[in-house]
Amino acid sequence: MFHKEKSIQLKNSASALYNNLSVLRIAPRRLTYFTVVHANVVNMVSTSWDGLNYSHRQLQSKEPNVATSTSLIMQAAFCALPSRDLLVVSSQKGIQMYESDGSIMVYWHALDTPEAPTAHAVFARGISAVSDNYVCVGVSSGAVLVFDVPSKGSNITLSEVLEEHKEAITDIASECSGSQECLANLVTADDGGNMCVWKSGEEFQLLNKIPGLDMTCSSVKLWKGTVLAGYGTGQIRLYEAVTGILHAEVNAHARWIYSLDIAPFSGLLLSAAEDSFVRVWHLSITPETNSVEIAHLHNECVTDTQICGAKFCDGDGYAFAVTGYDLSEIIRLIGRGEGRALLRVNWRDQSREEV
Amino acid sequence: MSTRTLPLLFINLGGEMLYILDQRLRAQNIPADKAKKVSTVPAWIEEDRKRVMNDIITTMFNKKFLEELFKPQELYSKKALRTVFDRLAHASIMRLNQASMDKLYDLMTMAFKYQVLLCPRPKDILLVSFNHMDAIKDFVKDTPSILSQVDETYQQLIEMYTPLSNGEFQLIRQTLLIFFQDMHIRVSIFLKDKVQNSNGRFVLPTNGPVPRGTQIPGMIRIFSCSGEELTRLQFNNGGNYSSALREGSFEMFGNRVTKLGTNMYSVSRPVETHMSGTSKSSAQHTKVNAAPNPLAKEELNLLARLMGGLEVQKPGSTDTGFRVNLFATDEEEEEALISRPNELSYGVISIQATKDQQANAELTKIMGEFTESGDPSSSASSKGDDLLAMMDGL
Repeated sequence: MFHKEKSIQLKNSASALYNNLSVLRIAPRRLTYFTVVHANVVNMVSTSWDGLNYSHRQLQSKEPNVATSTSLIMQAAFCALPSRDLLVVSSQKGIQMYESDGSIMVYWHALDTPEAPTAHAVFARGISAVSDNYVCVGVSSGAVLVFDVPSKGSNITLSEVLEEHKEAITDIASECSGSQECLANLVTADDGGNMCVWKSGEEFQLLNKIPGLDMTCSSVKLWKGTVLAGYGTGQIRLYEAVTGILHAEVNAHARWIYSLDIAPFSGLLLSAAEDSFVRVWHLSITPETNSVEIAHLHNECVTDTQICGAKFCDGDGYAFAVTGYDLSEIIRLIGRGEGRALLRVNWRDQSREEV
Repeated sequence: MSTRTLPLLFINLGGEMLYILDQRLRAQNIPADKAKKVSTVPAWIEEDRKRVMNDIITTMFNKKFLEELFKPQELYSKKALRTVFDRLAHASIMRLNQASMDKLYDLMTMAFKYQVLLCPRPKDILLVSFNHMDAIKDFVKDTPSILSQVDETYQQLIEMYTPLSNGEFQLIRQTLLIFFQDMHIRVSIFLKDKVQNSNGRFVLPTNGPVPRGTQIPGMIRIFSCSGEELTRLQFNNGGNYSSALREGSFEMFGNRVTKLGTNMYSVSRPVETHMSGTSKSSAQHTKVNAAPNPLAKEELNLLARLMGGLEVQKPGSTDTGFRVNLFATDEEEEEALISRPNELSYGVISIQATKDQQANAELTKIMGEFTESGDPSSSASSKGDDLLAMMDGL
């Protein structure tokens, strides 16, 4: 169903961090950006769609100091807002926001780091854009920082701090189906597997709390009002966001899940774990009838690699990319003919152009 | 990242170091009664071996040092940690030169990297640590003073780590993996056991028991809004998994269940006289081992230097202790290794340079044990391979 394309070489290897791959597709310029974190460096690769041009850039966390491990980056993620795209980098020191090509840093927010190290580590982790003008970033204390982002310029401000979680935030996701009808448009997850469902606004509103079963939720997505959560036990669970009703449970992986991604136009779900497997699933969700279906489509084994990032390269899920711990390349897979036919069938509830 | 990583790193690396030193000292063991007859030749008798182990373990579990270690802090850099182990190794009567120490450190770190990677659950790193602690306790079981230090450390480990959540353990693991990032030094014992590939990467099996708390992948369950199961679907997981093993003990005593962190050098192994060919690509993958020397030979040098024992002493001179460096420079030693004829090749690793009948007989016997079960081509193998065989016998 998917076959391997030529890998993209990286300047250094990927670190074992949750959700360690971010992809931004820039259609007008026929480019795709990838970012992968290595310790205190963000590796950025820009690739042209014809596969002929690659350019690399490296961003360091603020106050780089390779000798000590005090400036490690936890996550780098693209935030696509209607007016602009940003690259957000969260580290032990704080949060940096760059223009999407990594050329200019437009904002820096320092975390309150204590003088001497404490038993609880301090870091920022979990990044997502929400609705038109917000970027949310999680913190190890459990707080979620909400930044208000103007349509251009660097006048980004901290608008609100959401304090519902008691454990370190692991991942944050916003509703990505494009539907305006969803009540909830943000989900935040933490180390204990607890999740909070929010509605964005000048003041974010907590709509629901989904308790964890003392097992870390390392990666989370929100699609058509359904929370898709990946856990350290290797399970994937689907919950209805506002009610917390469990729709489906999948014994998906034999080890800790590190990354989930969804292709919003087709309902393809990607899961990747320490067990060396990337799996592709198909979701169909009909909110009106409250019906959820999930089917397994494909396995991809990256031999002898603990996978730390997997993302679709486009909204239909025709292609996806994978990173692994100690691997200095981004592995790419492209959908084959019969796979594409499968995707077309599931566009019944979306009006889309043939691509 | 995690400020609680250093104690685990130190204890596990220390444990691996002790395994390597202990095995090497045993391999060079000369029974005490025979040693007495060999009046002018110092040797690694059992007493000395125990003394080395005791000295190192006492230093490792020094109260003040451990107090410092257990404070919340970021991980030391690779360089800083190696300095700590440098000091530790020299806490005993044994002496190692810089290159040997580097190599010992490489072996220790690759072993622990392997254990961290292969841990089914992040909290299993604690079980690995307990395996090391259990072995250390066994090394000093006859010395009550040191034993109590070790017991206290158990308590500290239990106190600090058993309350941690799974997520916090994963953070510790991720911190350790950053420390070990890009280390792909090939270790002959791993290559032989096929747990490491020739490119230096560890084999991650897609079979075997799943971790405790994880289900064997393959099932999809769909529920209705009222919570009843509507459908059950199966899918092919692409691997060959079995149910989880029972839980290991997180207390001072008990069966840890996992074999990770136990002494892999203690089991006697059939000898291969031919190591798999070294490939140039190993140089690309490792930062530390940049020279094109075959890795195996490097390991050999290390172990030779570790136990090479003593300076060549003129008869009559006072016993200057247990210095390991036989040669003034690395090149000299390597040159000696390469140029020494087959039948005397063991001499390089021998404890003394003087030709002593008893000692030679003992070493010849050891040599014999190793090459006996080798394949017919062993006689035609190079000197390097013979020495390798001896090392592989560990």
